[in-house]
Amino acid sequence: MEILIGKYNYWIYIGLMMIGFYAMVAKKNLVKKVVGMNIFQTAIILFFISTSYKKNATIPIIIKSQEVIEPIQYINPLPHVLMLTAIVVMVSTFGVALAVIVMLYKQYKTLEEDEIIEILKDKK
Amino acid sequence: MIRRTESLLVETVCRILIPLIQLFALYVIVHGHYSPGGGFQGGCILGASFILMVIAYDIRWMKHRFSEKKNTLMVALGVFIYSLIGFICIFLGAEYLNYGIFHRILPVDVAKARSLGILAVETGVGITVMAVMVSIFLNLTTYGKHEKGEV
Amino acid sequence: MGEHSSILVVVISLIASITNVFIALVRKSLCYPFFVFILGICFLLSMDILYTVINFGTVKYKLGGWMPPWGIEYVVDHLNAFVIAIVATISFVVAIYAKESIKKEIAKPRLPYFYSTYLLLVAGLIGIVITGDIFNLFVFLEIASLAGYALIAIGEKRSVLASFNYIIMGTIGACFYLLGVGYIYIITGSLNIADLTRLLPPLYESKVTLAALAFFVIGVAIKIALFPLHRWLPDSYTFAPSAVSAFASATVTKVGIYVLIRISYTLFEPRFLTEITPLSTILVWWATIAIFFGSTIALGQIDFKRTLSYILVAEVGYIVLGVSLGNKEGFIGAVLHILNDAVMIACLFMIAGGLFYRIGRRNLTDFTGLKKYMPITMTAFLVTSLSMIGVPPTAGFFSKWYLILGAIRAEQWISASALIFSSLVNAIIFFKLLEKVYFSKKEAIPKYNFRELPLSMLTPIVLMGLAVLVLGIYSGKIISTVIEFTVPKGF
Repeated sequence: MEILIGKYNYWIYIGLMMIGFYAMVAKKNLVKKVVGMNIFQTAIILFFISTSYKKNATIPIIIKSQEVIEPIQYINPLPHVLMLTAIVVMVSTFGVALAVIVMLYKQYKTLEEDEIIEILKDKK
Repeated sequence: MIRRTESLLVETVCRILIPLIQLFALYVIVHGHYSPGGGFQGGCILGASFILMVIAYDIRWMKHRFSEKKNTLMVALGVFIYSLIGFICIFLGAEYLNYGIFHRILPVDVAKARSLGILAVETGVGITVMAVMVSIFLNLTTYGKHEKGEV
Repeated sequence: MGEHSSILVVVISLIASITNVFIALVRKSLCYPFFVFILGICFLLSMDILYTVINFGTVKYKLGGWMPPWGIEYVVDHLNAFVIAIVATISFVVAIYAKESIKKEIAKPRLPYFYSTYLLLVAGLIGIVITGDIFNLFVFLEIASLAGYALIAIGEKRSVLASFNYIIMGTIGACFYLLGVGYIYIITGSLNIADLTRLLPPLYESKVTLAALAFFVIGVAIKIALFPLHRWLPDSYTFAPSAVSAFASATVTKVGIYVLIRISYTLFEPRFLTEITPLSTILVWWATIAIFFGSTIALGQIDFKRTLSYILVAEVGYIVLGVSLGNKEGFIGAVLHILNDAVMIACLFMIAGGLFYRIGRRNLTDFTGLKKYMPITMTAFLVTSLSMIGVPPTAGFFSKWYLILGAIRAEQWISASALIFSSLVNAIIFFKLLEKVYFSKKEAIPKYNFRELPLSMLTPIVLMGLAVLVLGIYSGKIISTVIEFTVPKGF
């Protein structure tokens, strides 16, 4: 019971990740596959950020009036910074994938995977 | 293809909003190390202001104000600022990107020198990210044809 | 300059990639000389790093002046310096080859962007090898992957779909690697490899470490195209431009195997893989299956580059087998095979590209009677084929010898027979081709314009052919100076 309710952030990230993975594998439209990839990566980012949480802690911005800063009052800022980099990587991959899709559309005039395979079979 | 919206309301509101968005983006870049923000976030908002220009008006209207050649120059400029700071640190004797060494040439102490170094580096990052966002948007929405002049 | 070469070898390629775009705006004819100049500097810096590591031991570089567990640190030991030297040398040699061969495959206005993306790929690969921080490795892994996706997509007509498949599979691999990093960070709180070596051993019984290891291994297996996760590799490297195939096939998979070695033997101790988890045994069986299937599927291909891609899948199986056998000879064989295979595969892909440059096709039947028209190229092809089969004194023999010796010593008889089976399959494929080239009674297809390749494409092929011989003869010296120090403690 404790696994189900206490660690609900793991269940949410695994659920989101599998939704993204299903979209990447089972959908026939190429743009839907790329959107699935995006959901996959977003789930991982969500997981990292959820691990930085501490009980009764506030956001990691120093309150000016304090003289002594205790780390236990602030949530861990390191995963947030790592995920900034990961979001940049996600955006770049999305950009490259969309550019490749534009090139595919110019060549085959369709964005469905089974129609592209039909065209390739006919060309042979 | 992007067609010009003939709506006076959209055009006037965007004309007022775009400089304010850019000012907010500069605020986000500069306040990166004291509050949420930083180079990438501010650069994205700057890029979004140019994309708003394209959506509200026309691609030619935007290119009249910010041409493709200036865009490519901005990409190079941001990376050059970043690497210039890094190489100045090497020339002054410390490791790459060790901004603390700036306390030898500027009249500040080590911690303040690191803070100024990060600010300069984030500015470079913001400029590059803005140029790349605009470039990706233009290429994807015009199927890459905007370089040949046909839009 | 000496103490900063660890960082300069990465940063110079990165900055030069953007500077190339800038130079293209000013004067287009300067792009190619600048490109070769920068790769020459990277090559010299990598040789300097190798020299320093051989004579003075491990080199450490604190990035930004921050002390190691809080900052990013670049650690170069013998394995690192070896792989960096390989990547830098092959990138330089293929860049000389790319001058003529890429002109026929990419439209002229887009050439400066090709050089830019190539420099970005080199920067990403060297960054993966040189860093000592697991999250920094993820960032460089993604830089190299993105540059790879772009470079593969600009090839022939079918390369765009191949690149799209590569994007989908490569992103899953990198995301699994990131999940592994996440689990390690949750349980230890550190991202520095040297620090983790100290922090992880008390935690080996925990399930989180096990999950981290599983995610790491699967992520890296997708990136190195270990069978059955290899489906992106044949299409991508067959339809990519010739210079890209030659460079990417020689380096991208090898750098992935380097990441596997780092995770298995530096991040986790060897006893974690042999005693606590059965990963060594799993990897040995997995690599054996990869060797069998790679070699078998390579027999049935018509396109020469596709044959080479499936042979590459089998070669990756060799190196993973050597790494996971768990004894000294196997490991030495694996690391030596990283060097030998990089040189051989690059040379063979360059020869395939040369054939495509002259006649526009590269099927196995197009090799008929080529000894009259392309004698120098075919001599290099002869030497490299003998090396792929494993004939002494070429380089391929020595690494296969060590691998088979390691397999026999670990009493893995099926793996040893897989290695011998793969050599036999290579013999079938290459002897068939050599017979077509040298002993065929039929004339070469007359309507094609067969001439020898231009000088800028011929020099790298001859250089690589000579290197195969020289590396074979000097392999003892290479092992005693560099490779012996890379073997993990306890082997």
